[in-house]
Amino acid sequence: MAKKSKSKPVDRRHFLKTAAASAALVASKPGAARAQQPAPEPRNASAPILARPAAAPAAVVDEAVTIDRPGSDFMVDVIKSLGFEHMFGVPANTYMSLQESIVNYGRNKDPEFILATNEDLAAAMAHGYAKVAGKPALIGCHGTVGAQHATMGVYDAFCDRVPMVMILGNIFDAAKRGTGKVAWVHSAQDAAALVRDMTKWDDAPHSLPHFAESMVRAYKIAMTPPMMPVALVLDVDLQEEEVPKGANLHIPKLGTMVPPAADSGAVAELAKLLVAAEHPVIVVDRVARTPEAIKHLVELAETLQAAVIDRKGRMNFPTRHPLEQTRSRMGLADADVVLGIEVIDFAGVRSQRQGSKRISITANDLFSRSNYTDYLKFAEVDLAIPADGEATLPPLVEAVKRLITDDRRRFFQDRGAKLAAAHKEVFDRYPQQAVVGWNDSPISTARVTAELWPLIKNEDWSLVADLSFFQDWPLKLWNFDRHYQFIGGPGGYGIGYGAPAAVGAAVANKKYGRISINIQQDGDLMMGPGSLWTAANHHLPLLTVMHNNQGFHNECMEAQRLALRRGRDATRANIGNRLIEPVIDYAKMAESMGMHGEGPINDPKDLGPALKRAMEVVKRGEPALVDTRTQPR
Amino acid sequence: MSEKIRNGSEIARWLLLAAVTVSLIASSAATAQTPASSTPAASQSANAAPAGNAENGKKLYVLYFCWSCHGSQGRAGGTAPAITPSTRSADDLIKYVRKPRGAMPPYTSKSISDRELADIAAFLRAVPKDPDPKSIPLLNQ
Ligand SMILES: Cc1ncc(C[n+]2csc(CCOP(=O)(O)OP(=O)(O)O)c2C)c(N)n1
Ligand SMILES: [Mg+2]
Repeated sequence: MAKKSKSKPVDRRHFLKTAAASAALVASKPGAARAQQPAPEPRNASAPILARPAAAPAAVVDEAVTIDRPGSDFMVDVIKSLGFEHMFGVPANTYMSLQESIVNYGRNKDPEFILATNEDLAAAMAHGYAKVAGKPALIGCHGTVGAQHATMGVYDAFCDRVPMVMILGNIFDAAKRGTGKVAWVHSAQDAAALVRDMTKWDDAPHSLPHFAESMVRAYKIAMTPPMMPVALVLDVDLQEEEVPKGANLHIPKLGTMVPPAADSGAVAELAKLLVAAEHPVIVVDRVARTPEAIKHLVELAETLQAAVIDRKGRMNFPTRHPLEQTRSRMGLADADVVLGIEVIDFAGVRSQRQGSKRISITANDLFSRSNYTDYLKFAEVDLAIPADGEATLPPLVEAVKRLITDDRRRFFQDRGAKLAAAHKEVFDRYPQQAVVGWNDSPISTARVTAELWPLIKNEDWSLVADLSFFQDWPLKLWNFDRHYQFIGGPGGYGIGYGAPAAVGAAVANKKYGRISINIQQDGDLMMGPGSLWTAANHHLPLLTVMHNNQGFHNECMEAQRLALRRGRDATRANIGNRLIEPVIDYAKMAESMGMHGEGPINDPKDLGPALKRAMEVVKRGEPALVDTRTQPR
Repeated sequence: MSEKIRNGSEIARWLLLAAVTVSLIASSAATAQTPASSTPAASQSANAAPAGNAENGKKLYVLYFCWSCHGSQGRAGGTAPAITPSTRSADDLIKYVRKPRGAMPPYTSKSISDRELADIAAFLRAVPKDPDPKSIPLLNQ
């Protein structure tokens, strides 16, 4: 049995309230309090679930002996101690014992099992969830066929530095696999080998104490920046067999986790460079792990009155802040100091100015895998600070403040005024750009964006979509200032991430009563239409607006380019790239999975009313989809 | 022409063009426009650019995937610059696409004929202007 805590149990309501107040990113010490949380009620899986009839039974009937406490019940105790809220999974007998324990022993709450229709989708759901919730979810799958499906989703999360804990069911003991085929083809000597290149750590525990330790370790490793997926292979026997009587099982304490901040000498050196610079530019990408990051980054930028370029791997900086210079004439080109914080492709971020200095702060310098080259081109820098970007912001702000003289402050004020003017210029130009193709059919991506804004701007909204193929229009026309309003992209550019990641993010948003908005590429949805079913099954307030350009358009352009460079026939770029024969009816697809569906909308005049109707459904707490036939980009 | 027709897609393209031609010939008296090109690029040599037929050009613009980077009306598609509103002559367009600069792939005479490009140029010139953004409340929120 799990040792009961002597410390005061934490009031769960109170915890949720505090978590909500801190907007729930990166719970860095979930275990500290909850590892010792009292076990859930009822303690015993054989406790009555359905009310028994009042009348006494007529005769004593011989009943089979049941397993009162399978190993997987203890696993649930450990999982609960870490504060997991969800397991996204596809059911499979190699981990059904754990699933059953979650559902019955754990009362399907914290974690709650969420059914996905493909393990790839389960992984992408956990990916989207983690970026909003700030903590990992579990994904459940067969260690063989399930893991094989899951790899794409896990790879995206790995590239995107997002934590999740994979549970891979397996039958270790060959003597238990019998003579049939299935158990043999669903077992592996080393099930985690398949995902080892895209996870930070894995283990295959041999006993329940081993499991407890490995689960807590898995959580700790996944949540230490750079965050990444981890995997645990769970033996069927370990899950199903009864916990030995008198077993003194212990749940290790996780304790408070402190992310690795930079060395103080390096921070002082960097502060000097920044304060002395004429035009320092702060480039950010995957900085924000918690809601605090925006606050600290705003403080750093304002203290220095320095330009910020947000490459939006996360929601790092308010889009309408006057120092936001992502597309401004006062951006990188003339920078004399370029500070890259958690920038994915820092090699590609360069100032044109002779002698400019480049400094990087990134946790990616602390850990990497070899096989997949997600570490990208080597970035030449003058000062490399291997540390977590967000954790380094507060000491950097303090160090900068200590160095500022009145002279510098006056200089900064002038610089800030110029930056504000440059920022305004950019945003003043957007209506002129957005009107391009305003009345065209297919509908322009700018028009879709503009039609959506009045419907959401007074709601608590979260955009749970990647915008790479949408000309970033929402970032130009809407106002983003909260950490959950944007979640970045897939990381590994694996198409098929969008729809399920939106569902996962919507699961996390729902807890806070937020409405999730997804702009959904058609090709991406076709890789995992089952995502829609999970959204309906889970009653998610999720508005899906199709970016339906009728195909894998990116590849269509590529096919056309290649044919033309070879002096061939460009009219055949349809073949193998477009989704037009037959045309797909996404509204019907949505309806078939139990959600409100509208469209196809071809005429831009029909779009506003359709979106409005769909939003009414979403505000009632259900998902809706509007199929919008859009321009290619 | 038959030896040039290699598969269904090409047949479909030929049929589309033939249909366009028939309908245009029928209406050419009224519209007083140049008759449409009736054959795909591969089957004809480069001709001097005629004035161009905008209606046919619209179909060719789709057929040759110009829309895929420039958007359905040539107003810029996020991956390529706007090519409308246009005052560009056929000659100008032909000269450009045969050996373009930057990311645009070349539309050589092996891929598209001068006559077809002239029709596309006519279509681009016919695309109406966008409205004034100040007249659109959604862009002034
Ligand atoms: C898993 C995976 N398969 C293939 C690709 C190659 N690929 C890149 S973009 C793209 C097209 C995706 O279509 P859609 O999501 O509809 O976006 P569109 O380009 O049409 O806007 C494809 C297939 C990929 N990136 N990932
Ligand atoms: Mg598409």
